[in-house]
Amino acid sequence: MTNSWTDIRNTDLVIIMGGNAAEAHPCGFKWVTEAKANRGAKLIVVDPRFTRSASVADYYAPIRQGTDIAFLLGVIKYCIDNDKVQWDYVRAFTNAAYIVKEGFDYKDGLFTGYDSEKRDYDRSTWDYEIGEDGYVVTDETLQNPRCVWNLLKKHVSVYTPEMVERICGTPKDKFLKVAEMISECSTPDKTMTSMYALGWTQHSKGSQNIRSMAMLQLILGNIGVRGGGMNALRGHSNIQGLTDIGLMSNLIPGYLNIPTEREVAYATYIGSRGFKPLRPNQMSYWQNYPKFFVSFMKAMWGSAATPENDFAYHFLPKLDVASYDVLRAFEMMDQGQMFGYFCQGFNPLLAFPNRGKLTRSLSKLKYLVIMDPLETETARFWENHGTHNDVDTASIQTEVYQLPSTCFAEDEGALVNSGRWLQWHWAAQNPPGDAKADTWIMAQLHLRLKKMYQEEGGKFPDPILNLTWPYANPDEPSPDELARELNGYAVADLRDPNDPTKVVLEAGKQVPNFGTLRADGSTACGCWIYSGCYTEDGNMMARRDNNDPDATGAYSNWAFSWPANRRILYNRASCDLDGKPWDPSRKLIEWNGEKWVGYDVPDIAVTANPREVGPFIMNPEGQSRLFTRGMMRDGPFPAHYEPFESPVANVVAPAIRGNPVARVFASDREEFGDAAEFPYAATSYRLTEHFHYWTKHVWVNAVLQPEFFVEISEELAAEKGIEKGGWCRVWNKRGSVHAKAVVTKRIQPLVCDGKPVHIVGIPLHWGFTGAAKNGWGPNTLTPFVGDANIETPEFKAFLVNIERSDGPATA
Amino acid sequence: MNMEISRRSFLKGAGAGVAATTIGAFGFGEAEAAFVEGLRPYKLAGTTETRNTCPYCSVACGVIIYSKGDITQGTAEAVHLEGDVDHPTNRGTLCPKGAALLDFIKSETRLTKPKVRRPGSNKFEEISWEQALDEIARHMKEDRDANLIERNMDGVPVNRWTSTGFLAASATTNETAWLTYKVVRSTGMVAFDNQARV
Repeated sequence: MTNSWTDIRNTDLVIIMGGNAAEAHPCGFKWVTEAKANRGAKLIVVDPRFTRSASVADYYAPIRQGTDIAFLLGVIKYCIDNDKVQWDYVRAFTNAAYIVKEGFDYKDGLFTGYDSEKRDYDRSTWDYEIGEDGYVVTDETLQNPRCVWNLLKKHVSVYTPEMVERICGTPKDKFLKVAEMISECSTPDKTMTSMYALGWTQHSKGSQNIRSMAMLQLILGNIGVRGGGMNALRGHSNIQGLTDIGLMSNLIPGYLNIPTEREVAYATYIGSRGFKPLRPNQMSYWQNYPKFFVSFMKAMWGSAATPENDFAYHFLPKLDVASYDVLRAFEMMDQGQMFGYFCQGFNPLLAFPNRGKLTRSLSKLKYLVIMDPLETETARFWENHGTHNDVDTASIQTEVYQLPSTCFAEDEGALVNSGRWLQWHWAAQNPPGDAKADTWIMAQLHLRLKKMYQEEGGKFPDPILNLTWPYANPDEPSPDELARELNGYAVADLRDPNDPTKVVLEAGKQVPNFGTLRADGSTACGCWIYSGCYTEDGNMMARRDNNDPDATGAYSNWAFSWPANRRILYNRASCDLDGKPWDPSRKLIEWNGEKWVGYDVPDIAVTANPREVGPFIMNPEGQSRLFTRGMMRDGPFPAHYEPFESPVANVVAPAIRGNPVARVFASDREEFGDAAEFPYAATSYRLTEHFHYWTKHVWVNAVLQPEFFVEISEELAAEKGIEKGGWCRVWNKRGSVHAKAVVTKRIQPLVCDGKPVHIVGIPLHWGFTGAAKNGWGPNTLTPFVGDANIETPEFKAFLVNIERSDGPATA
Repeated sequence: MNMEISRRSFLKGAGAGVAATTIGAFGFGEAEAAFVEGLRPYKLAGTTETRNTCPYCSVACGVIIYSKGDITQGTAEAVHLEGDVDHPTNRGTLCPKGAALLDFIKSETRLTKPKVRRPGSNKFEEISWEQALDEIARHMKEDRDANLIERNMDGVPVNRWTSTGFLAASATTNETAWLTYKVVRSTGMVAFDNQARV
């Protein structure tokens, strides 16, 4: 989230698209209700199903899953055509006026530079013209046909209301009503918030779904303001924290990158991260990258990371592919290239696509280690559960360790909520039986590995032997010690650069903020964006002052919000070029002639002159990007692509299947189905009574929603002879499931490109462990292909067939 | 530790006394006796209140867990859980999942013993922590020593271990995540991921 849950109270219009907050985030959704009741805010829901969010919306419009980009580019076109643009914001704070290089173009669904063999682009033309002064060439009059604004106008011109209806199945009048309501938020005193979740991410073009809305929000001037923003409703309680801390193949904490093998030395790695400003006077804050990186290396390897050895640069692994994401990991298992796998509180057998492939892959492992507070299907993938897990146990040679870990009630530490608040919690009970904290388990594995390498030697033991381990009890580092490392501390006395006789922070002290970090090895910091969370003043994450002066929704003394306790990102954009709030009734910060002051921590240098320094300080432009250069693999603008399995061909680019640069493994391509064989558009979703695969272990929730079902329209049920509450079978090339049919008016057939499209909804909460009835989930059926940029699987749009059945053999 | 004696503990005994006296004053002597007989002790009396956070979605509602026993002695056990009225986001409310959290803590399918399933076997068997951890660390070292790619074909040090992977959680704390990061990255493992991918 750019904003926070409590900030939603400040909005005028909520659009829920790509999510279902009333169902999946009920207590956060209450802030929508608050805005509706107290501000007269309106709620729009755009979804293939008439969801629980839709049931309390002011306006609902149906859409076929996987077509959000066409819809949103249609709204952008509507805003441009009807002059519903916050012009002062767009001119001052976006790259609308930047001139794009000659040679860049878009035709037949493809941008310049496509290589169909590699399924990748040469992105060299997707960039700005650079002038002789070293800065981007601009045309503030927006007359140049190659300026970003005119290229955008041209790019969205195809997405007329009629085209949106053909692609999305949204009736033209409903689309126009939504577009009109949204466009009203282009004035400085009206704002819209976008609340989205996995309904946007789980597509082969998920990143571009989100980008489309971000572009629309910039055009309306809704980023950086109270009640506005791009608000990702994250899934799990600490998925934000795990991402911040970089537990991903290609990440270092704080959104730094693991090197690739092309970065052969530290100088190459850091040299390509200069982040020279692209416009005069801009902060381009990533120029501080070396400070954050070196401080991270010091937190990892302490005195073994020295200027002489490039701060132990070669202790880090170097990637030869973009990432070893989960899909690639399972592909490698299947290909016999991976032998061991750890699952820490993760149930991939149910959580990843194409369960048949997952079972086959896990069966090829030598060892599998499960750390979990609960039984999981993954831990028991080798066990035969009849029709619900029909495996040949004796033939599976995988050794499986199941380690009991603690749950929240037995844990102490911080979780990061969707609004970036780091909130500390305390343990209320002791772990059951012999269950142990994950910190203890991880420490034990490290200490054992270290001892074996010390005693026996082995391949490149240096990074293991030298890992910083400064804990009072090496067997179980405490949450307090680990939180202090994340915040960062001075390794040596830090001296004032202007007066070296003066020590600004003594060695061993906690740093007050990331501005204190240095690139010379004198500071250590696990995760720079968390700096300030645990200072010499104590644990800021444990703060519990719930005062909120003037009811802005900021709650600045409650817990700690990264970065720098800032509650709304890009908040300098809440003011005009003179530093005055666009909307005085929604003041956040303002320029008092000398510095920035207000309710929130300014997202800009406090003395930065508003007419000189742009609000998007992380970008070398200082401004936001409507055109994103070569930063995304599938285009500098979003474009409509169908899901890999779609009931209709791509209307705007008929030759293209799926996202043209999404990675597809050969064996998975063979298992894609076509509409002729599998005519129905399936989608997965959650229920308010359940949380993924955990709550089937919880008696109350198992009682509330005991049994797997699929949801279909009355029309499809009649066509197929499927009765309400009767059994049906749903299948495609990857698998087959039996389910009770919920026949409902909440799903209605759509008409796309002149033909009817039936939708099949498949909720995801059942398996073969726990208190609920045994069942299946959508992932027996979902395709093994991910988003082109970040490899999130395409769970939300795939094809199936359906028929009436007598139920599973054991039912 | 953020533990405090329940603000309601003073109610123990006192509340029942006030109620009984009031009824008695109206002359319902027998009713009073029956009423007192039917009372059970206030269930949160003498419990410890601990601030915690719902582990499910990222709204991160504040919860208060009430427990009996002493956590420093290994005897603390949660007996009740409710929304935290002081929390700015949820203001004491919980959804159908959060309201049932006590049943998650006490689920019959909570794991309590380390177990191992040997190759080809049809059952899990109990194993001691020591042995399980020794065996896992041995698996890791054997695989790492056999498959770590120290240099690529151009001779560049790449220290890349691709043949064992690690899926981290997304409901563990930042502190667990950081320790997990340190341990996993120090081995050179690259197939490292978390639920953010899905």
